[in-house]
Amino acid sequence: MLEKGQQAPAFDLFATPDQRLKLKDLQGKRVILAFYPADFSPVCGDQMSLYNEMLKYFRKYNAELVGISVDSKWCHMAYAQERTLHFPLLADFQPKGAIAQAYGVYNEQEGQCERALFVIDEQGTIQWSYLSPTAVNPGADGILDALESLSDNKQKTTAHV
Amino acid sequence: MSKLNPPVHQGDHFEGAANAALTLVEYGDYQCPHCGAAFPIVKQIVTHWGDKLKFVFRNFPLSNAHPMAFPAAVAAEAAARQNKYWEMHDAIFEHQKTLSPELLFLLAKNVGLDLEQFRNDIQDQDLEDMVNEDFESGIRSGVNGTPSFFINGDKYNGSYDYDSLQAALHAKVQHTHTH
Repeated sequence: MLEKGQQAPAFDLFATPDQRLKLKDLQGKRVILAFYPADFSPVCGDQMSLYNEMLKYFRKYNAELVGISVDSKWCHMAYAQERTLHFPLLADFQPKGAIAQAYGVYNEQEGQCERALFVIDEQGTIQWSYLSPTAVNPGADGILDALESLSDNKQKTTAHV
Repeated sequence: MSKLNPPVHQGDHFEGAANAALTLVEYGDYQCPHCGAAFPIVKQIVTHWGDKLKFVFRNFPLSNAHPMAFPAAVAAEAAARQNKYWEMHDAIFEHQKTLSPELLFLLAKNVGLDLEQFRNDIQDQDLEDMVNEDFESGIRSGVNGTPSFFINGDKYNGSYDYDSLQAALHAKVQHTHTH
């Protein structure tokens, strides 16, 4: 699994049936990349539904959330509609799991992504990563702490200039 | 282990004794069926411990999933301004399945609120801010679904049935005594 300080591997994946999203498209923003095993897990403890409620708190730190799993673009569309998700879900579908493999979070045996989080800074460098047990929704305290420490560091550097 | 952040403070609504050694905090959503199921269990626990427990409820409305959760949370905060927080809190959970804006007014009337003041208060940005602050504190504390419980500041990851929660509370009391 990739860790702090490593360059985030590029991706170019379907986010909707007719639109692709590249990591490069998000340059200048911080990116929260949330790998998860599958669409349509049970509702109340559902990680993506939970993050959907937190977008405005992420945006306070100039961070955009992107979900990613091996489900197809059509499956993602149905899932996003059912849960009224307001952030993109990327289909790591063809070749299956290639991006998850690049980030070191593909579960070969299950044929799906691990539940893993990455916070990537404005320059495309990984600043924080976390692997959660598949059955445990990791919440977002780690994400928020990582974003906050990035903002603190930035303030310090600006102050020195 | 996730920690309650910030810890219980003056702005929190509590049942039981203010200075009890044992504190149970729930992050809940008024429209979440699991919180509805936990509601009578928590009541039973609060009754059981009496003045040995301080129970705090913080709002964690999942607005996209549950459109009435946020208005209900604001309504409870508005009731607090008339010293009827827990009456309103209970009434909302007891009518969880039929929540609507009209019902919130009916409940406000039933618990004895001044409706004119209630109508003004629910439009007050300060109350919305309070609910949002609760929510943000929940994210920071590692809330990963509702209901989420914290016992003396530590996140409780067991199930919310009576026996499991009681066992965790008793274990914490033992732990406090041996240290």
